[in-house]
Amino acid sequence: MTHSSTRPNSSGQATSDYRAGGSPAGRPTRPLIDARGPRFGAAVTTVVLAVAILIGPGSPITLALLIAQTLAFGLGSVAGLTYQPYGAFFRTFVAPRLGPTRHREDPAPPRFAQAIGLGFGAVALIGLATGLDAVFFVAAGMALAAAFLNAAFNFCLGCEMYLLGLRLIRRSRPEAA
Amino acid sequence: MDRMTGLVVVVVVLAAASLFAWWRRRSQGRFQRTHEVGDTASPLTQYLHSGGFELGAQVTLVEFTSAFCAPCRAARNVLDRVSADVDGLAVIEIDVAAQLDLVRAVGVTRTPTILVLDSTLTPVHRAVGVPRYADVVAAIGPHLLGAHDSDRGPGTIAPAPDSA
Repeated sequence: MTHSSTRPNSSGQATSDYRAGGSPAGRPTRPLIDARGPRFGAAVTTVVLAVAILIGPGSPITLALLIAQTLAFGLGSVAGLTYQPYGAFFRTFVAPRLGPTRHREDPAPPRFAQAIGLGFGAVALIGLATGLDAVFFVAAGMALAAAFLNAAFNFCLGCEMYLLGLRLIRRSRPEAA
Repeated sequence: MDRMTGLVVVVVVLAAASLFAWWRRRSQGRFQRTHEVGDTASPLTQYLHSGGFELGAQVTLVEFTSAFCAPCRAARNVLDRVSADVDGLAVIEIDVAAQLDLVRAVGVTRTPTILVLDSTLTPVHRAVGVPRYADVVAAIGPHLLGAHDSDRGPGTIAPAPDSA
């Protein structure tokens, strides 16, 4: 009862021995990033997608917003978070004003979330291009839900979607242990 | 017409996402008793025996983690803190991508998933998400040496309102 917090001890950088304890795959330790960056990006994404959905298909503004957002997702996932425009904006203009943080995190989870966003964004664009409004609304709505969950609740998309995806894509291989 | 559709979509998405997050947060990191029978032939037991792991003399905590899971690290920190304070306890981390068949057999769908195994490697508790220190202690308590092996029920687990 006394220790009710789940805060990591002191700096929380137990990266060196994080893998100790029997993990089979020794992943390389990446440099940690400011955890506020992806959160800020998710907030911007939420606004951009909400505006695009509110304006709706048929407007060039919607198309422009969606192309820009999908490009941002693409840069963040394929090129890396360093190239994610919202993240770059945060690092250049916002972070210096906020000061340093102790809350740092592995870039892999937010990068995974960018890839999920890229998928939804691309499908929404296809919906716009083909005039299938329902496809646009569903895909953009899913991306909005993910961005909003991340921005408002610090939701971990990778915790839910990655294993689900693995289980769906990789079939059971009884011969390979 | 389209304006109306867009408004409905945005409102429904935000409301549904908020509900979902609230529901997830309620159950996050809370241990549920499992009702499994000790089975030395279970895939998990076999894996743990074959993997050359250091098993806990009294309790073994197994954490299923993945590469894209930020809370997995926080969960591991909590388990390590408990492990530092309790004798006869081992923490074992299993990467879901490397052990997908085991993940299927155990029924893990999200990370981090934490299993509490007693000294016979029978799963006795399970939690998804970052658990609180006190909840881990409450879950392992009945299975430590000297504790009565009787059924103490979930009442021994501290209620876990949202922390932080």
